[in-house]
Amino acid sequence: MASVEERQFRVEPFPGGTPGNQRLVEEGRLPEYAVVGTRPIRHDGTDKVTGRARYGADIKLSGLLQGYVLRSPHAHARIVSIDTSKAAAVPGVHAVCTNADLPSASHRAGDLGEGVVDWYHLNQNVLANDKVLYTGHAVAAVAADSVHVAEEAAKLIEVEYEVLPPVLDVREARSADAPVLNDDVRTDRQPVGEQGDTPTNVAKHFHYEKGDVDTAFAAAELVVEREFTTETVHQGYIEPHTATALWSPDGKITIWTSTQGSFMIRMQVAELLNVPSSKVKVVPMEIGGGFGGKIAVYLQPVAAVLSRMSGRPVKLNMDRSNVFDATGPTPGSYMKVKIGVDADGMITAGEAELLFEAGAFPGSPINPGCMCVFACYDVPNGRIDGYDICVNKPRSNAYRAPGSTHVALATETIVDEICEAQGICPVEFRLKNAVKEGDERVDGVTYPPVGMWETIKAVELSDHWQSPLEGPHQGRGIASGFWFNFGGNSVVAATVNEDGTVSLIEGSTDIGGTRASISMQLAEILGIAAEDVTPTVVDTDSIGYTDVTGGSRTTHATGLAAIKAAEDIQAQLRQRAAILWDVDAEQVEYDSGATLTGPDGQSIGFQEIAGKLNQTGGPVVGRGSVNADKHGGAFGTHIADVEVDPDTGKVQVIRYTVVQDVGTAIHPSYVEGQMQGGAAQGIGWAINEEYYYGDDGRLHNASFLDYRIPTCYDLPDIETIIVEVPNPGHPFGVRGVGEVPIVPPPAAIANAIYQATGARLRSLPMSPPKVLHELLAADQ
Amino acid sequence: MAKKRIISTSINGDSVEFLAAPRQTLLEVLREDLDLIGTKEGCSNGNCGACTVILDGRPVDSCLVLAVEVEGSEVETIEGVAPTDGLHVIQDAFLGQAALQCGICTPGFIMSTKALLEENASPTEDEIRFHLAGNLCRCTGYDKIVRAVQQAAEGETN
Amino acid sequence: MPRVHIPAPARDLTGGEVDVEVEASSVRRLIGALDSRFPGFADRVLEEGELKPGLRVAIDGHISPMGVLARLETDSQVHFLAAIGGG
Repeated sequence: MASVEERQFRVEPFPGGTPGNQRLVEEGRLPEYAVVGTRPIRHDGTDKVTGRARYGADIKLSGLLQGYVLRSPHAHARIVSIDTSKAAAVPGVHAVCTNADLPSASHRAGDLGEGVVDWYHLNQNVLANDKVLYTGHAVAAVAADSVHVAEEAAKLIEVEYEVLPPVLDVREARSADAPVLNDDVRTDRQPVGEQGDTPTNVAKHFHYEKGDVDTAFAAAELVVEREFTTETVHQGYIEPHTATALWSPDGKITIWTSTQGSFMIRMQVAELLNVPSSKVKVVPMEIGGGFGGKIAVYLQPVAAVLSRMSGRPVKLNMDRSNVFDATGPTPGSYMKVKIGVDADGMITAGEAELLFEAGAFPGSPINPGCMCVFACYDVPNGRIDGYDICVNKPRSNAYRAPGSTHVALATETIVDEICEAQGICPVEFRLKNAVKEGDERVDGVTYPPVGMWETIKAVELSDHWQSPLEGPHQGRGIASGFWFNFGGNSVVAATVNEDGTVSLIEGSTDIGGTRASISMQLAEILGIAAEDVTPTVVDTDSIGYTDVTGGSRTTHATGLAAIKAAEDIQAQLRQRAAILWDVDAEQVEYDSGATLTGPDGQSIGFQEIAGKLNQTGGPVVGRGSVNADKHGGAFGTHIADVEVDPDTGKVQVIRYTVVQDVGTAIHPSYVEGQMQGGAAQGIGWAINEEYYYGDDGRLHNASFLDYRIPTCYDLPDIETIIVEVPNPGHPFGVRGVGEVPIVPPPAAIANAIYQATGARLRSLPMSPPKVLHELLAADQ
Repeated sequence: MAKKRIISTSINGDSVEFLAAPRQTLLEVLREDLDLIGTKEGCSNGNCGACTVILDGRPVDSCLVLAVEVEGSEVETIEGVAPTDGLHVIQDAFLGQAALQCGICTPGFIMSTKALLEENASPTEDEIRFHLAGNLCRCTGYDKIVRAVQQAAEGETN
Repeated sequence: MPRVHIPAPARDLTGGEVDVEVEASSVRRLIGALDSRFPGFADRVLEEGELKPGLRVAIDGHISPMGVLARLETDSQVHFLAAIGGG
């Protein structure tokens, strides 16, 4: 096998796409699939374009009450007393609840598959008990005949607060004299370290070391060390949180909600309400965006308690300001990163100090940040310290490759400085230093086959990189990024219908077209058309345990389950053909044309045998159940062209290309969609999005007007180049695709702004006031 | 609360009478009282466009329209876009171009697109992007939505 | 013999050793063997006989869903990692 540098590649249009959709192709290697790689219309598409698809807030039940949550006006306060009596007396009010109506919780750790939760902290976050820790923190809830009555009644709830000073900055929060948010938090040294013994806001300290960093820095030809800050940023899903609950007299709790993980919701609700999980049924409605923000519970347990107290089903919706104030944004941060290189531009050492805002309770993505900071390059000597620090902001939560975007800003802009100082082309630098199979990260894990190098090659060959910039105040930057992706549990069951179609059920809520990609994988194995598969996302009583739709896991793991279900069907159909032909099943073959053949030339097609199942033994149902572990990490490299207005500091993105290793693109349109959507979020994060707090800890821009995400008019076409370095851990080579595209944009744009203006920005967002400040400072 | 009033209007070509309290928005009445849940609520203060309907020929955010204001008016919602057989060319284009991922913003985009193409059958890309700037999408990055509008525009002028 | 990468915060127990070879056929036995050699190691990684919530074991670069039950081969590379959450 030739080394990666010796192989021949080209960039060409991806069949079926529009002119901006391309792929990297290796000479002499083109996988041939019948269904994988095509672009069928998604199965749930008609309902979504006609308004018939039912999202969380669309559920209607007879006797439904509407709820309203009362939230804290203070960023940090002790709750002295709560009196709900006046609210309960309002005509039309059926129930009022506080934390006192939840079972008490203990400080046990719950394992949510992709992370840990402290049940006590989650209980407190859902409804505050002795302290409120951020403005918008839920304190009480009312269920009434209409949301208007509930809101009017909630205003009559009397809460006495003892206001405390808030702490809003990570560096302040870790100092010894900072107000401590949670008396029970001690510094947990990870991985496999000891715990501290004094109350603190520093909930975790991650430490990684490889080789001898100090000697390596001392010997380096060039060392660059820089500091960076980022602000709190929200996932910005257009659909607010919603939950409808019915607590039946038989003790069964049904929850209709928009969620990334029905089984996650079931587990959290069961734990917080102290009921067996078999008593909780979660019915996933269609979901209007999640990006990591719809995995933890907020409204579900509260709606259930109100239902228990009122004897009626209760619906709770957040409004947009609640979503900004009181859900799970991604942390703001302070980072100090140092990289050393030798005279040839090879990285010899890397050091990072990372401080992430946990928000009200521990749990920022500091660990992935630590593991991603140098993940794109072969770094022989490294030292990383990461801190999870509580501040009076909403408890942070996952946002698409959590932590990776933050650290990529630091590493990728320092790399850019090194390239300039040493006169190396940024593409050349990355080709030389890119990680490959067998390289070891600073945390010690070695890489399986990965495509970092191939994404840089695609950049080099791209039309974008080869096109000159045309105007003044324009600049081009590139940046790379990494995400691990995730495997986890998935189950698929698939029934062969007598007309030769297959009904498939699965538990992965469909946020971005995964019904289609899962169906396509089953169809590919069976040799049938994607349109002949009918996928349905079902509730937690109807399918086996399935982990979240998130973590870039769904196409890989649920696809793997679908493949196993298809293979199970094949095995059963071979037995049925054997019965029809009176031969042994081992003598029957299933070919790629969906035809079964026997030892004496017998042959029967899928459609035909589907009509003979009842008489050969009964219905055929295939099943696949996996806990996938070989998911394969993914790399992306982006090219950003910007034009900066010298009078206002406004940064306009004028051309943008996303290059990403996806393993194998099952449905290229939805893969391209993930690439483009993630990039758009990263662009917003880079140049405009931030939580703006007053000194009192109140969020000032809790609306889409002032927390302004990119509109159609802000963005150019987003070109895509799909790179396919197959993941050996999946039969079709699938890698997760959803998260990597949000990682490179801030760094790519920072590098582009430097080329356009000569100003290096190290603080997100790179909004007009900050850019203008740098431009004016440079003028002086 | 003030007493509800009887409002007479036309919705998707049908005569409809409903009761509305003065404080209720058109969005709320459509979703809660008329079971037209295709129009979505994203922000409640006119910034995301998920609640876009066409009111007397103009695209509006229905969360900024009081229900009592539509007395005597013509309202078009997503439920009225498809003809009796098949899909509207805009809906077809959105599906063909994969211009939706979670789909929550899609009804609003289809309404804004319909209003655009009725006013300007051959918009440039800049005009498309400008006209749709009031509809937020967080999933797609807008690229495939613009492609879909372009495809729909070509379909209509052919 | 399986090789274990000792996370930096646990090197206080191993006297600074980073990569340790341990004869063991499963992760559970591996932890037992490590604890014999470096007392206190088991308390750091186990809770009631299972890996502590949020702790994962990766074998040859892939996080194993089996935790302490995972089997090891003679050339297995073992890492203890904190769970990573995606979005």
